[in-house]
Amino acid sequence: MSDLQTIDVSLGPQHPSTHGVFRMNVTLDGETVTRLQPVFGYLHRNHEKIAEGNSWLAAMPYTDRLDYICPLTNNWAYALAVEKLAGIEVAERAEFIRVITAELTRLQNHVAFLGFILGDMGAWGTALMYAFREREKILDLFESLTGARMMCNYMRFGGCRCDLPPGWLDATRKLVDGFPAFLDEMEALLNGNEILLARLQGVAPLSAARAINGGMSGPVLRASGVDYDIRKTDGYGIYSRFKFRVPRGAAGDCFDRFMLRVLEARESVEILKQAIAGIPDGPVVNPKAKQRGLRPPAGEAYGRIEGPKGELGFYLISDGGDKPFRFRIRPPSLINLTLLEELCLGTKLADVMVILGSIDIVLGEVDR
Amino acid sequence: MTGVLEAIRAAMPLAGVELVNNPSPCGQHSLRVERKDVLAVAEFLRDRLGYDFCSNVSGVDWPPQKLKETTTKKELVDGVEKEVKTTSERDVPGFLEVVYHLYSISKKSGALTLRVRTGDRGADVAVPSLTPVWKSADFQEREAFDLFGIRFDGHPDLRRILMWDEFADFPMRKDYVPPDDFEYEPTPHDEILAKVKARTEAAP
Repeated sequence: MSDLQTIDVSLGPQHPSTHGVFRMNVTLDGETVTRLQPVFGYLHRNHEKIAEGNSWLAAMPYTDRLDYICPLTNNWAYALAVEKLAGIEVAERAEFIRVITAELTRLQNHVAFLGFILGDMGAWGTALMYAFREREKILDLFESLTGARMMCNYMRFGGCRCDLPPGWLDATRKLVDGFPAFLDEMEALLNGNEILLARLQGVAPLSAARAINGGMSGPVLRASGVDYDIRKTDGYGIYSRFKFRVPRGAAGDCFDRFMLRVLEARESVEILKQAIAGIPDGPVVNPKAKQRGLRPPAGEAYGRIEGPKGELGFYLISDGGDKPFRFRIRPPSLINLTLLEELCLGTKLADVMVILGSIDIVLGEVDR
Repeated sequence: MTGVLEAIRAAMPLAGVELVNNPSPCGQHSLRVERKDVLAVAEFLRDRLGYDFCSNVSGVDWPPQKLKETTTKKELVDGVEKEVKTTSERDVPGFLEVVYHLYSISKKSGALTLRVRTGDRGADVAVPSLTPVWKSADFQEREAFDLFGIRFDGHPDLRRILMWDEFADFPMRKDYVPPDDFEYEPTPHDEILAKVKARTEAAP
């Protein structure tokens, strides 16, 4: 009775961010997935507990290590939540710097995503090298601004740590002006490829209703056709001043999730152009905002931003002391995995890695 | 927030819902719902008021504390009216709390904050799971179970998610004491080591 035989496989690591820290227990009927359970926690260091034992500012460098591809948006989400909690105003110039760095972060995240998902499909190396060539240019900008390529630790309550170095804006403008040409090149390289289309189109479609109920956020939610971008709905920071469109998918399949990142990168370029043109002079941090000795008044706040991977939120409770009473991170990578089993059921084994890649997770954030 | 509270009270007059004031400048007030009503309230919020997106599920540990209360009374002392201060200590029992942050994607509104309390921090730590209402609560409720020890009745797959299955304690509780040595595990080899130690110490 070989047709009743199923096989259990411990699948992974395959995706570049999952080496040794993420696997899936998959039950296969032939090549078809009948059950899938993601297993993670190998990188768990209880970030929340560490933050609750340190001062408010001391949690800032730890946020770099959440989604280590995008440290600057993590910094911003935490700074935003503390600013809400303590009622701190942000310096005008810092608001522009935050938008510029956050959109650069989004660009390099989405570019890295393009390389990673090609790797997941078996195109090892080549596409990733093209992607990382561009990403490295952005990381160079981060390094000259913050001193670190990835562990930036740049934002402060009420602003940023230091002003832009001389010539930084010109270098950024040059990169931004050249970026659409790279996206055109990448798109021409990929979208005409028959194998890529066959591996992505129609694979694991996700309806809008399921995506909302499953808590999907960011590009995964919008790929299912939901018009929801926190930059638009909340208008946090100064996003309400910029003109940009929110791209949406239709079928919610892997191809939509893939293409959405390309379209979002193009919109990020538009925001960057406006922000670079409009940046005013002035201080980069609110001089009234306390940093080291901060004691927010007792209360709680939930602050969230549209991170490159989805809704990144911080839920903070203060008891009036110098440490957070409760420090909770809403990790988009973890919550976007909720529907992984649902997406993978009934697909072939080879598609599982592509589906995982199309969600775009980073295990530093899943495990915390 | 008050509009939501009124809508709940109009539809479910018997439900135990109350407004919790947040003194922070951001003014994000929340609704505390009693355990027995939380599932019905959640379904009402999702189906009638459009809160279709459960963004964040967070456990909070409120340890027992002693509240010092100072009361001032006017009393006659030796025929003169004086203010006398008396300080009394009151024990406030601890409890665990689950906080849900809800948004409406269809109406682009939010956040609505729901809070549910457990009875205490020991035996009575069960609350109804909201995973049947919002699937997004699935992993997050497992995390609250894993790190805080809150039991979610009706959760489809309540297992540890970040810590390993054999782990016994709940690390996010305020009174958690980490072990001195994470790596140590008792092995059969321990007996042999003890024998060797006894023999070497007995020798001159």
